[in-house]
Amino acid sequence: MDGRYIASVDQGTASSRCFVFDNGARIVSMAQQEHRQHFPRPGWVEHDPEEIWRHVLSVISVALQKAELSTGDLCALGIANQRETTVLWDRRTGAPVHNAINWQDTRTDRVCRELAREFGQDRFREKTGLPVTTYFSGPKVRWLLDHIPGLRERAENGEVLFGTMDSWLIWNMCGRHVTDVTNASRTLLMNIHTLEWDRDLLDVIGVPAAMLPEIRPSSEVYGETGSPLAGVPVASALGDQHAALVGQTCFEPGEAKCTFGTGSFLVLNTGPRPVVSNSGLLTTLAYKLDSTGAVYGLEGSIANTGALVQWFRDNIGLIGSAPEIETLALTVEDNGGCYFVPAFSGLFAPHWRSDARGVIAGLTSYINKGHLARAVLEATAWQTREVVDAMNADYGSNLSELKVDGGMTADNLLMQFLADVIGVPATRPIVSETVSLGAAYSAGLAVGFWPDIASLKHNWHKAAEWVPKMDPAERDRGYRKWKKAVSRAIDWLDDDDDD
Amino acid sequence: MPGRIQSIERAAAILRLLSGRTRRLAVAELAGELGLPKGTVYGILRTLQLVGFVEQDSESGKYQLGPALLHMGSSYLDGNELRTRALNWADGLAARSGESVRIGTLHENQVLIVHHVFRPDDSRQALEVGTLMPSHATALGKALLAHHLYIAAELAADALVSYTAATVTDVHSFRQELEMVAQRGWASELGELFQGSASIAAPIEDRRQVTVGAIGIAGPIERLCDNGRPRAELVNYVMEAARAVSRELGAIPW
Repeated sequence: MDGRYIASVDQGTASSRCFVFDNGARIVSMAQQEHRQHFPRPGWVEHDPEEIWRHVLSVISVALQKAELSTGDLCALGIANQRETTVLWDRRTGAPVHNAINWQDTRTDRVCRELAREFGQDRFREKTGLPVTTYFSGPKVRWLLDHIPGLRERAENGEVLFGTMDSWLIWNMCGRHVTDVTNASRTLLMNIHTLEWDRDLLDVIGVPAAMLPEIRPSSEVYGETGSPLAGVPVASALGDQHAALVGQTCFEPGEAKCTFGTGSFLVLNTGPRPVVSNSGLLTTLAYKLDSTGAVYGLEGSIANTGALVQWFRDNIGLIGSAPEIETLALTVEDNGGCYFVPAFSGLFAPHWRSDARGVIAGLTSYINKGHLARAVLEATAWQTREVVDAMNADYGSNLSELKVDGGMTADNLLMQFLADVIGVPATRPIVSETVSLGAAYSAGLAVGFWPDIASLKHNWHKAAEWVPKMDPAERDRGYRKWKKAVSRAIDWLDDDDDD
Repeated sequence: MPGRIQSIERAAAILRLLSGRTRRLAVAELAGELGLPKGTVYGILRTLQLVGFVEQDSESGKYQLGPALLHMGSSYLDGNELRTRALNWADGLAARSGESVRIGTLHENQVLIVHHVFRPDDSRQALEVGTLMPSHATALGKALLAHHLYIAAELAADALVSYTAATVTDVHSFRQELEMVAQRGWASELGELFQGSASIAAPIEDRRQVTVGAIGIAGPIERLCDNGRPRAELVNYVMEAARAVSRELGAIPW
């Protein structure tokens, strides 16, 4: 352990970033590069895995350069990645056999409906903690095996390998075919109780075992990087939301974080045993650090939060940049009775209704653009409230605080309103790049850069706190109206609608 | 396309001269610089004065840029946008310095706090976003006023309110301090608002090199100062953070 720094790669949906952290968990350097999004057909979303690999190499080099560091200054490298996105590649040449199928891609809709019918949603939930939806990797692998001639045979012979982005990057860095347990928990192929690939699931989805990576903890040295960044131990891999939980140091059962980005993801640490959800949440692996054993979580995924603000900016044009939504919202006192349910492609947690579409409810001639801006911001807070309610019901005790991070935490009005409607304080940590920090933490633990999780807790400092101020009666009235608005968004699609 | 309008060109030339180094010029000086008759220059100045783009100093009779023009320039950047763009750097400054961080903009001659990062010691603190602070008794205010001297002039017309024995209340010394702040690129305040507290701040510039805000730290004098002077290390952190945010806003093309 010569180096004085840890680097972490956040291979995200829109871009790849590299952060370099020092021992106090302070950001020393950062580099970012966006990659192309391919939309070959409506509902299809693909990435080029080779482009992503090139960008990952490049952001690591640039981040080191910016801080005038070399690979020798790094103690380890960690990886956090966009989850569920699926890559298949040739074991011999290392070349991808197809573009990566992105998590947002809905081409497996028909396969998923068939699987739910044949095997039953309950059995999937029981074994994996997840419902069968297009979101997860297993059906994406099945689609590729079904649609590329000769591929299934090559996969059965072990000539073609499957991996999520973590596997793809580790394969290219270290030449080993592994995945971490959090990424594996998003495939519909891993049994969440045994933490192993499940024979029944592989059979029913139709994925040959020979193509699967070995499942490893989220924090251990998988190998060392080869050229051109030779000699750095690659020491962690986690799905991005799991990394954020670690970055927020939510190591105690009952601690939760919510990352507010394009969508928002609330993850609650539920301790060493999986908690089955009756309220529309996902049961998932929180993390498995070498020292901790498997820690489980409940996840509430909200499809549309920051994306609604972007839509308001790009498609409605009342604001020039996303932060201006706050300025516009502050031109009025309240939402004027207006509610915006952004069910643009259905509703995720806790409703999981793909037949829902967006509505603006409560319109009167009184409503102006300021009220609309309020309703746009408040939609994120109300959706979070619904997920918090589901968490409290499933977990059996109430959240006492919500740790928040992500780009939308810069919106002060939203964060205050969030605290008001969830009724507990929202706290933002001093490093808001929690995904990258979580990957760095896991890598640092694996190589002894940080001694234990207690030492990580010391690095967590409150950078801001929003305390509930709203009159509870007013809050309850607002929530009642929100629920009414949601009920008006549901059941919008008819059988003969195209989507 | 219509031809150029000569009087607008001349008005622009006058404004450009007034925004230059001297910042305050007499009619004769302007006429000399532009090679125009004094009567012509006077006529244009009168109109610019009516719309608030220039003002006349009552003592010297010289002309300077007016508040309307300055407000147009400084309101260019939305405070919420500034907070969003500055978030990572403000966090970094708090982590490095161990002190609370604030970002301020000028609002009706006061400092409006648009962003606040808690001191990273997990003590009880309340968010101060949206509060106003006196600009002559804070480092943030001085860093801002040093680059908006005409607002400073307006402020001096009222009495500079005294908060402690150390508050600078003399107009002349205040002007001198602002000139020094403009030269060295950072401002400090030692016990001028609250006894025993100090602050250090530096200006944030946008891509037009206009000062759109200031970022700084605040804390007890004994932590921020050595022998009655702001600690060089902390001043460096503050200036680095200000530069990083300015770069984020496009002020520095690298």
